[in-house]
Amino acid sequence: MSKDLQFDASIEPERYELTAPPTYHFDVDRREFFRFLGAGILIVCVLKDAHAHQESGAGQGAQGPSLPKEIGAWLHIGEDGNVTVYTGKVEVGQNIRTSLTQAVAEELHVPVGSIQMVMGDTKLTPYDRGTFGSRTTPEMNLQLRKVASAARDTLIVLAAAQWQVDRKRLSAADGKITDSESKRTVEYAALVKGKQLTETLPVEDPLIPAAQWTVAGQPLPKVNGRDFVTGKHRYPYDQRLPDMLYGKVLRPASFGATLSSLNTQEAEKIPGVVVVHDGNFVGVAAPSAEIASRALAAIRAEWKSPPQISNKELFEYLKKNPAEGSGPLDSPFRYEKGSMDKALASADHRLQQTYTAEYIAHCPLEPRAALAQWSGDDLTVWTGTQRPFGVRTELAAAFRVPEERVRVLMPDTGSGYGGKHTGDAAIEAARLARAAKRPVKVMWTREEEFTWAYFRPAAVIDVNSSVRNDGKITGWEFHNYNSGAAGIPTFYDIENQRIEFHPARTPLRQGSYRALAATVNHFARESFMDELAHQIKMDPLEFRLKNLKNERLSAVFEAGAKRFRWNQGKTNPGRGFGMGGGFEKGGNVATFAEVAVDRKSGEVKVARLVTAFECGAIVNPDGLRNQLEGANIMALGGALFEAIEFANGQILNGRFSDYRLPRFSDVPVLETVMIDRKDIPSAGAGESSLVGVAPAIANAIFDATGVRLRSLPLVPNGLKVA
Amino acid sequence: MATIQQLNINGRTYSTEADADTSLLFVLRDHLDLTGSKYGCGEGQCGACTVLIDGKSRRSCITRVGDVAQKQITTIEGLAQGDRLHPVQQAFLDEGAMQCAYCTSGMIMTAVSLLNTMRDSSAGEIARLMEGNICRCGTQPRIVLAIQRAAKAVNASKT
Repeated sequence: MSKDLQFDASIEPERYELTAPPTYHFDVDRREFFRFLGAGILIVCVLKDAHAHQESGAGQGAQGPSLPKEIGAWLHIGEDGNVTVYTGKVEVGQNIRTSLTQAVAEELHVPVGSIQMVMGDTKLTPYDRGTFGSRTTPEMNLQLRKVASAARDTLIVLAAAQWQVDRKRLSAADGKITDSESKRTVEYAALVKGKQLTETLPVEDPLIPAAQWTVAGQPLPKVNGRDFVTGKHRYPYDQRLPDMLYGKVLRPASFGATLSSLNTQEAEKIPGVVVVHDGNFVGVAAPSAEIASRALAAIRAEWKSPPQISNKELFEYLKKNPAEGSGPLDSPFRYEKGSMDKALASADHRLQQTYTAEYIAHCPLEPRAALAQWSGDDLTVWTGTQRPFGVRTELAAAFRVPEERVRVLMPDTGSGYGGKHTGDAAIEAARLARAAKRPVKVMWTREEEFTWAYFRPAAVIDVNSSVRNDGKITGWEFHNYNSGAAGIPTFYDIENQRIEFHPARTPLRQGSYRALAATVNHFARESFMDELAHQIKMDPLEFRLKNLKNERLSAVFEAGAKRFRWNQGKTNPGRGFGMGGGFEKGGNVATFAEVAVDRKSGEVKVARLVTAFECGAIVNPDGLRNQLEGANIMALGGALFEAIEFANGQILNGRFSDYRLPRFSDVPVLETVMIDRKDIPSAGAGESSLVGVAPAIANAIFDATGVRLRSLPLVPNGLKVA
Repeated sequence: MATIQQLNINGRTYSTEADADTSLLFVLRDHLDLTGSKYGCGEGQCGACTVLIDGKSRRSCITRVGDVAQKQITTIEGLAQGDRLHPVQQAFLDEGAMQCAYCTSGMIMTAVSLLNTMRDSSAGEIARLMEGNICRCGTQPRIVLAIQRAAKAVNASKT
């Protein structure tokens, strides 16, 4: 490999997010669209790659009855002036319903309140691969801005034609077009009345530069916030249909267990209960959840469980068991540059260390839920997922029906954090509904969510490095076993490198988790950087800056250090300072931690976290701050105490009373420094902001106590200092 | 087993038919379609299901419906007076104290009850009293600010 991979965000697609469904080519009849939407104008955003193949030409208006096939988003302005925007992205708490609304309001010049976003409905919205990888802001935000901008231009053209004036005299503001000379105005609603006009998106349409934003770039509260503070919003768990049954699934005794005997007679005697046994799937549907539970308890089943490992053997197991399959996590990654062997041979200093991370759980506060309804061979499912189109594919495959007959709707959901990519509950509900011939809702319990969802992968990471006396790193070798290659390339400027990801056989079901493997890769890298700095007796900040060429990253380290007052040093002997940072998915982050360690009780308290962050032009500063604070707190749990305990194919701590999550008293003083680079396109922020927390805390604990912790979680049972 | 046939919720009488041992959360959500109170854990650990029983916060998921049949139950749906939000609801909006908001109704109900009991509105005191409520999205700092804002609004309206 010759290409230098540093700082190239695209080098590591999230392997385990790319479940690669066949791209669905949306093909919509325009007349059908207006029948459904009512008259008005419809602006369609054609994806860039598809544009090259679009012979009708950009900006010419779609010819013929069909819309272009590869569509990113569309926007409709109705005769009432209301704007409806359609996107396959979904809302799981990252508040993109709000930030995307802002983007449209900015370009279209309409009040925020006149915009309705239709999100993640496979029947109404264009295909979307899923809401993950921090792609909404860099991609969908841009697409919607373009769509809205094209809509505004179309309205100006309409007004110019109506008034027979030069369009240059006309401007748009507040839902109206105004003629600068005659001062007359016309509302959008009046302009689109009786029209059925479609425009495809011009390729090069100048957008409003970030420096001139008035709506975007400003704080805007959650657009439908009132529905949440009044309890009106219906999450997937809250969905309901008349005549609906409640479904429950009989869970195997352990992972990988197979049924050896089953007796459902007693359950079937209960009035109103439908029992389904299909392969390894056993479930019930009943008129109430109580009856469903009773029916489930009446089923007699025996399971054959294969022997399985526990936490104790985990890390050895991961190193000794390379993946054999061809799953999305099974593709290795290898990068070499220069000669690692030469670097080590000529080093002034050498250091080798191993870091580990346990499995952790997403714990979305809303567990998985789905409501399924069949009408003949047509299936409709309401469920909480970050991949509604992916779940549609899963459903179509499970029931052997064409995808066109399956509709998945995603009501704004009680979070996901990368943990709701699969359609498990949807398939269960649909299987039961098919048998019961009634709609069925399946609501996972917390224990089911802990056990039958999937985890953030556990990791073993070996690092080996060489450094010159002056602090320049000359060689860098980094091996990640099992957890993934996201964030694995080092962003430090190092001549000789060997970096590898070794897929392993995982004893537990694992999948994507907010920031993916970037969190543990950064933990190992940034902890190791601290170890190196101490070994050569150099200030950790100075050491990092000496080895950094990336100015954006240096800038966040410097900004964070300034706010944290790094150079002033700690005043309290029981306290420790540490830092960690990096670059991930277009965001640059540096986190600084101050910890307090009580030597008697062993309690470790994070007193303060300062995060400096930069992800290009800021779309919603309040939303960004909310994401940064949330990411810090979530990362704090994984850094300090979260870990899944397992043995014999069972989860041993699968409930909130056993699995510790960050609570109010764990939350440190949080300070954020947001650098607004209006000259750089906006990137997402929900993931990159996590990666500096664990190493900053580990390094601060070392600073406070001299104890170097190399395993996540760092202090699940406190810290005993000799 | 005793059957509960009536509940006083949000100033109204609701008819139901539930075993006295059934959890209140379950009756609210599944029988009465009051879905603002959320299931998060089923063991009183997360606070998403919090309601007020005679003005005091209780975890409805571990409350027997038989124990509250004679009491006044308030859920998130009954907090606003017509279009006028309760000061705590308003403060959560004003502070943007939510992300996915699944915990929000439980947070608000807990906060409403503690406005009457907290010693002061310092961040430390609020954190202590809110310790039983989980926000996995990590909006705790904003929730503290929202409760402080609400406390101020309530005090101002008293004087």
